[in-house]
Parts: sequence; structure tokens; C-alpha cells
Amino acid sequence: MIPAPGQTVGPFFHLGLPFDGGNELVPPADPAAIRLHGNVADGDGNPVPDALIEIWQPGPDGSVVQEPGSFHRDGWTFTGWGRAATDADGHYWFSTCAPGGSAPFFAVTVFARGLLDRLFTRAYLPSPDPADALLTSLSAQRRATLIAQAEPRGLRFDIRLQGEGETVFLSHG
Amino acid sequence: MSTQADISAQIGAVAGLSGRQPRLDYPAYRSSSARHPELDPVPADPEGVELWAPCFGRRDVDDAEADLTRRHAGEPIGERMVVTGRVVDSGGRPVAHQLVEIWQANAAGRYWHQRDQHPAPLDPHFTGAGRCLTGADGTYRFLTVKPGPYPWRNHLNAWRPAHIHFSVFGTAFTQRLVTQMYFPGDPLFDLDPIYQSITDPKARQALLSRYDHSITTPEHSTGYRWDIVLTGSHRTPFEAEGNA
Ligand SMILES: [Fe+2]
Repeated sequence: MIPAPGQTVGPFFHLGLPFDGGNELVPPADPAAIRLHGNVADGDGNPVPDALIEIWQPGPDGSVVQEPGSFHRDGWTFTGWGRAATDADGHYWFSTCAPGGSAPFFAVTVFARGLLDRLFTRAYLPSPDPADALLTSLSAQRRATLIAQAEPRGLRFDIRLQGEGETVFLSHG
Repeated sequence: MSTQADISAQIGAVAGLSGRQPRLDYPAYRSSSARHPELDPVPADPEGVELWAPCFGRRDVDDAEADLTRRHAGEPIGERMVVTGRVVDSGGRPVAHQLVEIWQANAAGRYWHQRDQHPAPLDPHFTGAGRCLTGADGTYRFLTVKPGPYPWRNHLNAWRPAHIHFSVFGTAFTQRLVTQMYFPGDPLFDLDPIYQSITDPKARQALLSRYDHSITTPEHSTGYRWDIVLTGSHRTPFEAEGNA
């Protein structure tokens, strides 16, 4: 059986995919909430205002969450999954908590008009495990593209689709 | 502005090359030029959450969201049709109780979206977005109207073949798929740089639905079947792969 190939999400995905509260895995008013945010830029350094970012993460204790409720968030249930479209400046943001456990990263999926298939990457926390198998396989310069920058109330993770500072994208084949 | 002949020449230059996924660097699709990575993807063994998929349930998706023809007071214009099939992994195992989302143009080829300025009529009775959960055997089912082809600005007089956008989750995050389902025999296939970006013709066919008279409803709707095969899940053994 041949797997279905991907196709671009196109320019009209706002009709079907983003939803209210999609980027609020933890309510922003929660004292434990952090902001994970960044810009998506193309090979010319221009913002990508029609990208869609999904994150999927463990809880702070490292547990993999198998709770429904992402579409109708009740303010209490952490589902581990979120979706955010970029704005006119190519900026996205999530309100969430830091992932914990033995694989403490955000699994990130990137979709955009002009991008013919989705891209996978990871956003690691600022001081990652020095023995991490993926990070140790990369040059320092490339490794840096996978590590979120600490900010007073959260983390910054910019995504560069092409060119200087191109984000490391992953194949899981 | 490029003509269809220019674009068709670019399509032809790489046609038939192996590759079951679209070529991200595909000059015929002009907006891909600054948006495709130039470096090869880095192989990574899935770890942690990547081995699992997010979970959706009854509180997320109402049954009524699978019927795109009854989201407004009146009936939309167009060919009413059932679109159904199964979501399975590459070993044929069903992806049960998982989310499927769709969005599409109306029968005139117009999207309910600010950015669609194509001078075809909006239908006040058709928004064009739906979602459902698969059943225990991986079956999804939507009732909608057949979308029209539509023009876009990739090149002079560019037209997309009729399609429905699909967003699908598997049992592992690495199976995540966003794609487009097409209809059999569309005369625009050869001209379309998005469809042709998948250069292996067999892989392209995996995006084709087929007309299935057994799923039509008498005097109500036609029916198209499209089974969605996802890549294998790393969390389960690959023993079924050999039979696939
Ligand atoms: Fe479309």
C-alpha cells in the first residue's frame, strides 16, 4: 500500500484548521503558563504570514498526555497539543508549560502556503541534555536552531524555512 | 508572468523522477522558491511524544460537523456527495477514533475566505469546513458538495483541479498528514504544479478518490471513496509491512 503523499496546506487553511483557544494549552492567566513563540521566515528573511504551527508535548512531569479536549478547552485539562497560525508579521505564539521527562522537547510541525509538505522539527528547552542523540549529531551552528531561547516569561523559537540559519528539519523514515 | 507552457516545461523536466512525497523544491510552484529547505532533513529516531498522537473525542467533535450541507438554514448549490473511506497505516491497521478535518471550495470554486477574490459566487449556505472522528475500523464519512476547480495566480490562466483539503492524524505524531483529495479523470491534472510535484505517478494516484455507486444515496447524493494510507507507526511492530 502506497502512503498518501502530502500536499501544501495552501492559502485557505484558515477556513478549516485554526480554532479559538488552539494556541492556549494552558490559560495565559495561569501563573504556571509560559509563552512559546517566534517568527517564521522564508529564504529571503521575509515573514511567512500564512504558516500554521502545531506543537505536541509531554507534561511537566514527562508524561505523554492522552486526554481529549483540545478543541473545547475547559481551562483545566492539559491535552499537550496546540495549533497556531502565524499573523501578518509571521509570528506565532502558544501559552503552555515546559515539557519534562526524558525527552523534554516540543514536537513541532510546520505547514505553509508554498511548502509542498509538512516539516517536522523539535524545540528543545534552553539547557538540553548534553548527551541528546539528535543534538550531538549536529554541528554547533545547526544545533542552535533547535534550542529555544529563554525569556523572562517563556521561550522563543524562530523557524527559518530556508537559507542562513535554516532550521534543522527531521525525517522519521 | 509565466505561461502554462513555461510551467508545463518545468513540470516535464522532472516528471517521472522517483519520490513518493512532493518535491519541496519545485520551481513550477512559484511560491515554493523561498519556502523550501535547502538542506536535507536530518534522520531522527522518534522519541517520547513523537511515538504518540494527540487524542480527540466526543467533546471535541460533534457528529453534525461531518455534514457540510447542513451548517446553514438552506441547502448549498452543487452536486451533493458522500466522501468516505478508511484511515489505515501502511500495514493496513485501522486508525481508530482519530480526527479527520476537511476544507474546500464551493461548487463554483470559491472559498469562504477573505483571500479568495476569485469572481465566482459565494454560497450563503456553504462554508466548506468539516471534521469527524474515525470509527473503530478507521472509517470516516462526510456529506458535502463537489468543489469546483478554481483559478490561482501561480502563472497566467492557472487552474487547480477540483480537490478537498484533508488533515489527518495517525497513532503517532510522525504520521501527521495534510494533503488534498482529487476526483478521477480531472482534465487539469497534467497542468497543475501542486499535484505534479509528486513526480511518481503511482504515488500521485494515492490521492485520487473513485466513484463508488454503493455509497451513493438514492435521489440524494453521489459517492466517492478514498482510503488514506499513512506511513507506518514506529510504536507498533512492522511485521505486517511485508504483506502490504
Ligand atoms: Fe484548495
